[in-house]
Amino acid sequence: MTKQKNVRKLQGDFWERNRKSGGYLLKKRISSAAYKIVRVFLLFGMCFLILQPLLTKIAVSFMAEKDLYNPIVITIPENFTTANYRLASELMGYGQALWNTLRTSVLVALLQIAMCTLVGYGFARFNFPLKKFWFGCVILLIVVPPQTISSSLYLYFRHFDIFGIIKAIRGTDLNLQTSQIPYYMMSAGCMGLKNGLYIYMIRQYFRNIPKDLEEAAYVDGCGTLRTFVRIMLPDAKPIITSCFLFSFVWQWTDNFYTKLFMGNMPLLASKLTTLVDELNAYVINTLKNAGGASIGYGNCILSTGTLMVIVPLLVLYLFAQKGFVESLSSTGIKM
Amino acid sequence: MKKHKKLAGLQKRKAISGYLFILPFIIGFLMFMLVPLFRSLYMSFCEVIFRPAGGGNDYNFLGLTNYIRAFTVDLDFNRLLVEEITQMFYNSLAVMVFSFFVALILNQKFKGRALVRAVFFLPVILSSGVLLGIETDNQLISSVMDMVEESNTNANISIAIQEILRTAGVGTRAFQQVFDIVDGIYDVAISSGIQIIIFLSGLQTISESMYEAASIEGCTSWESLWKITFPMVSPLLLVNWIYSIVDYCMRNNNQIITKINDQMILFMDYGFASAIAWTYFLVVILIIGVTSFLISKGVYYYD
Repeated sequence: MTKQKNVRKLQGDFWERNRKSGGYLLKKRISSAAYKIVRVFLLFGMCFLILQPLLTKIAVSFMAEKDLYNPIVITIPENFTTANYRLASELMGYGQALWNTLRTSVLVALLQIAMCTLVGYGFARFNFPLKKFWFGCVILLIVVPPQTISSSLYLYFRHFDIFGIIKAIRGTDLNLQTSQIPYYMMSAGCMGLKNGLYIYMIRQYFRNIPKDLEEAAYVDGCGTLRTFVRIMLPDAKPIITSCFLFSFVWQWTDNFYTKLFMGNMPLLASKLTTLVDELNAYVINTLKNAGGASIGYGNCILSTGTLMVIVPLLVLYLFAQKGFVESLSSTGIKM
Repeated sequence: MKKHKKLAGLQKRKAISGYLFILPFIIGFLMFMLVPLFRSLYMSFCEVIFRPAGGGNDYNFLGLTNYIRAFTVDLDFNRLLVEEITQMFYNSLAVMVFSFFVALILNQKFKGRALVRAVFFLPVILSSGVLLGIETDNQLISSVMDMVEESNTNANISIAIQEILRTAGVGTRAFQQVFDIVDGIYDVAISSGIQIIIFLSGLQTISESMYEAASIEGCTSWESLWKITFPMVSPLLLVNWIYSIVDYCMRNNNQIITKINDQMILFMDYGFASAIAWTYFLVVILIIGVTSFLISKGVYYYD
């Protein structure tokens, strides 16, 4: 009650205060209101810009083929159908590919983040000779595009050998190129997709944890490994989760390493790139339509396929949005 | 004396455990980075010939032939290199500006901020790997999109504005670059997710008292933006600049990357592919080095 009264009193003498301030108050109030309105439009526009392709894909994925060529139909399909989903899932082998992708992404992400955490901790908390040099190597790892070494990596694993040991035992070198082992090996060595970045972020986070915690543990007779597992790891949960999520998502959509090492394993990312060709083959061979799939229809199935690939990620993002973002902004990345 | 010795022992022990912690990285770096890196450097000076029956491959040393071929014989390498580098430059610049201002807005308090933030970070997921450029990868679809765009020009407001600005006459080429960026605002928006996060993290560390002091002294918020906010997040400019460039170079729809992959997979020309890759890599490193040096001179460190 009294609060309302106060407010009314304040508003009541707003004009008087405005007069006293020489019009400054009114000007300030108008400009702040104008700014708010502009901000709403700007944010709405940019959000729409980002979401629009997604929304179009959703709309198109429910359309029957004749809707695509109907100029009246823009967003709401006239002939609502889920046949696109059935077709896309059949063409991609969705179930198998989803399972493979899920398994690979989880395994790879776990391996990469476990290793990167160890390394990041090592860089953040220990002093050892050549530390600057090795950290320079981490920076190099961030900066070198993996494409530079892709050709030699391919040959490296095509004729895999560790200093001639394997050749001495088996007589020939190993061809690891067709298996997934190389990528797991690379993940274990922190050489996977964007691993330099994870090491860097985790190192930044560990550097910000006060040293006293660790010292107290040492004084109480805790070894380095035990201090790391019992004291530092629980503290670093947020950054580890967010790195894990990034690693998982980027692995899920990665096309480069999967093409290089997992060519013959059905994964969502690789299936998506060949989806339109598969559709063409399907239309020509099964539907006996020699012209192949029409462009619009190909686009429609591709949109559907893309949606099917990202829906699991979107669900994950909805539930773990905080894990993605908030912890990252608390690391205080600096150079 | 004894105490000193013991301390040295502790330091030594810590150094050893430090090395144990980073051991995975060292092994991985030596095996999967350094060896392939030098091998690809060597390959770029060679002609790689595959022996048919899976018996390894031969290297014929050719000297600089592959590089000379890239710069003088190959039809579109020079053009692609220049195009991609300029594009990378403008794109990274646009991403920096965009992400800085978006981070400024997202740092303010307003209703539905969580939702807006969620939308802005969505591209971190949606513009990664294979999803980026899946539409432009498909030639049929992209040709249709071009057709649609051409037939739509009359109704396009940005074209109309471009015409007006062009008739103003001054600096047509500079305008053209701006137009390209504005037309590609979607690309800029979807590639600036991480950069926004990084800027936000910087903005959150600036203490409120600085702004209060400035506003008491009669600073307008525009002035405090450039006199407080900008210098305080300037170290992050460097981080973001490097990240943007690196990110642009590694994208799937980068034309040079496509060319490298084509040379490697379609033509099996590993030597030439490595030569292109190394040239590109060196140019990018050079640009990163020079620009970071320039930026780091202007960066202000608070502490």
